[in-house]
Amino acid sequence: MLPFPGKDDDMHKEYLMGNAAIAKGALAAGLNVITGYPGTPSTEVLETAAKAVPDIYVEWSVNEKAALEVAAGASYCGARSMVTMKQVGLNVASDPLMSLAYVGVEGGMIIMVADDPGPISSQTEQDTRTFAAYSKLPCFDPSSVEEAFAMVADAFELSEKYHTPVIFRPTTRICHGYASIDVPDKDEWYVNKPKGFERDTSRWVIFPGLSYRAHMAIEERNRALSADSYKGNLIIEGSRKGIASHGISAAYVREITDGMEDAPTLFKVATPFPFPEDRAVEFLSSVDEVMCIEELDPVIERELTYLCGKHHLPTVIRGRLTGDVHTAGENTPTYVKDVIYRYLGIACPEEDVPTDAPKLPVRPPVLCAGCPHRASFYAVKVAMRGKKTVFCGDIGCYTLGNAQPLDMVDTCLCMGAGVNIAQGIGRIEPDRYCFAFVGDSTFFASAVTGAMNAVYDQADMTLVVLDNSTTAMTGHQPHPGTGRTMMGEVVEKIDIEAVLHGAGVETVVTVDPFDLEKAVNTVRCIADLEGVKAIIFKSPCAVITKPDKPYVIDKDKCVECRACIRRIGCPAIVISDGKTVIEPSICVGCGLCGQTCHLKAIVPSEQ
Amino acid sequence: MRGDILTNILLCGVGGQGIVLTSKLIAAAAMEKGSPVRSAETIGMAQKGGSVTSFLRIGECHAPMFGEGEADIMIAFEPAEAVRELRYLKKGGTAIVDTHPVMPVTAALTGGGYDPSVMMEHLDKSGVKVIALDAQALAAEIGSPRTMNMIMLAAAVRSGVLPFDIDHVAEVMKKTVQPQFVDINMKALYSVTV
Ligand code: SF4
Ligand code: SF4
Repeated sequence: MLPFPGKDDDMHKEYLMGNAAIAKGALAAGLNVITGYPGTPSTEVLETAAKAVPDIYVEWSVNEKAALEVAAGASYCGARSMVTMKQVGLNVASDPLMSLAYVGVEGGMIIMVADDPGPISSQTEQDTRTFAAYSKLPCFDPSSVEEAFAMVADAFELSEKYHTPVIFRPTTRICHGYASIDVPDKDEWYVNKPKGFERDTSRWVIFPGLSYRAHMAIEERNRALSADSYKGNLIIEGSRKGIASHGISAAYVREITDGMEDAPTLFKVATPFPFPEDRAVEFLSSVDEVMCIEELDPVIERELTYLCGKHHLPTVIRGRLTGDVHTAGENTPTYVKDVIYRYLGIACPEEDVPTDAPKLPVRPPVLCAGCPHRASFYAVKVAMRGKKTVFCGDIGCYTLGNAQPLDMVDTCLCMGAGVNIAQGIGRIEPDRYCFAFVGDSTFFASAVTGAMNAVYDQADMTLVVLDNSTTAMTGHQPHPGTGRTMMGEVVEKIDIEAVLHGAGVETVVTVDPFDLEKAVNTVRCIADLEGVKAIIFKSPCAVITKPDKPYVIDKDKCVECRACIRRIGCPAIVISDGKTVIEPSICVGCGLCGQTCHLKAIVPSEQ
Repeated sequence: MRGDILTNILLCGVGGQGIVLTSKLIAAAAMEKGSPVRSAETIGMAQKGGSVTSFLRIGECHAPMFGEGEADIMIAFEPAEAVRELRYLKKGGTAIVDTHPVMPVTAALTGGGYDPSVMMEHLDKSGVKVIALDAQALAAEIGSPRTMNMIMLAAAVRSGVLPFDIDHVAEVMKKTVQPQFVDINMKALYSVTV
């Protein structure tokens, strides 16, 4: 029941992003349901799979926990399902995950978690391989786009064979790398027909007795998997010096050592958990020394060190724990080369790096021209000037409100945390005006419960919902407030104001942040009320809104005080030949700058 | 080794200049010739204006990115970005550089502007072959600022480092862009003669 035979004439070439390859691999292997919550670098998996609607069910769920549960339910019925998220999303989904590991599944289920060494666009450098070991779930770690494609089918097979969800964890360079790969034609794809849910309380209802038996079975299964190594765990024979690696680092290692005289023996680990013990011992016995080149946690290094002890092997294991490899950040090709050359005693060619390189401009990310968050932050800033305040931020484009000149984010922890952080600060400093800023998507994902907590436990704070009617930072995905689903349906929106009222917030005021005077007055009135109160700043994301006529600065009125620049820092306001001007190709005509100029020198253009 | 058949290309510039699109067109042109292609991009968040790079490799290889000093050619859409990524270009490699600067969006606030001629001088004395052009101005002459990436691509093809010629790129371009943009892009591709 291999999903595709792999004959060349049934294949065609496609130039695919890793995430697209994962989605296509899943579709080719009979995917029925895919759910997820957007997060870089995982987002494109679900978006690519969504092109197969209506043949499959696709959902951007409210958060990762809900997504995982929907996929699990489908899998209980025999569907092949996939749930996608980034590594920090797995923290949110970990409650159902830990239990599902015991209960198991019927149809194949893949938990696709993208890790982000660097980190390039995440809060943490956590390693999902470690999470796999903690949850005792089999884990796949692809090292190229084509391997990712093929591995998805293997992951489904393993999942069904052992009735367990499996973790599939690419990293950013796999997710966002492209390659021209062979893809089977659509009529070669496997079609999975779910047989439906079969009632069996001894299987689907988790109880201590069941958990005890399941725990024993899991340990036994994992022992068996350790001995029966997956084909992707490769040894490439070479000298008595070994290099163990995984993921994208394995591709770098391969490339650097390819064609070397007296090349080292390579070990690529494709299933970090359960660790391929037999294959690893075979590798360890063939070398005197091993350099482990890994990203995030030293998973392979620890396993190899343990196996040397267990099997009384004299092989020396080196890597991050021995200080030979850096302990944080991404492995670049240049860095990996450096480590390998040092390890093998190859002299690095002298780099005559020019030392006189000119100072380069920095290009930090900023809120877009016309971004409604700029207006919202500015309104609160003006309203609360001179008062003792704290501004608790959250995860989204609006985290950029921390930059100058707005400087309006004092804390940022994780999705939805701002509201309860503000609550905690207020408990210690009751004289401080505590604000929490949260975007609409993040509000639904995990701030609703926080708001209820704050209300019920008598907090004194202002919740500011920055409602731009989309999930902007990850590329504008729908959420319950947008009124559309990934299945293409137009549905009733869930009203944030009604949700807040329902949660016990009595005062909820919705205001357009671009009506600056009204916005400032609203903040002033609301901030002084007791208890938990909310302001919803409602205005759509500038990127998905048709731009208005650009604004211009009236040369005769402008006195070059540059207050507009110092107050709001819109990227469309630039200095050209010593004069403050608005760049018409960037300006979207939001009008905020016009309201900040006391001389009324900024006006809509005539065109 | 594989050196003679592997071509490493680095594209760099600023968000919104069409770098990813250019990278995809080169990839399509290479695939049309039957060559394997890998690439990797570093792109920022939804906001525009950050540095963007695209690593592109034509030929047999394992990884989508290559190390410093390994690019055969750099196609830089902006002079300061060319200097920023210069370390990836091999000694004697070719740098196609648009001389038109893009100031950081925060320049007005922080005074972080710079002088592009300083960047060009630095490139000139760094041991690489520099082909400088004002693609922005050329694109404006042709009548569409959006053809700037075609002009950069044409200059790269004319340098002879890429494993195909301009007629081949033109054929592939015709198949990939929307019909109404074919003529203007053709004009841009054949406008570069350096
Ligand atoms: S993408 Fe939308 S929400 Fe994000 S910074 Fe730009 S305008 Fe603001
Ligand atoms: S109107 Fe003013 S604030 Fe709005 S985008 Fe244009 S320059 Fe920026």
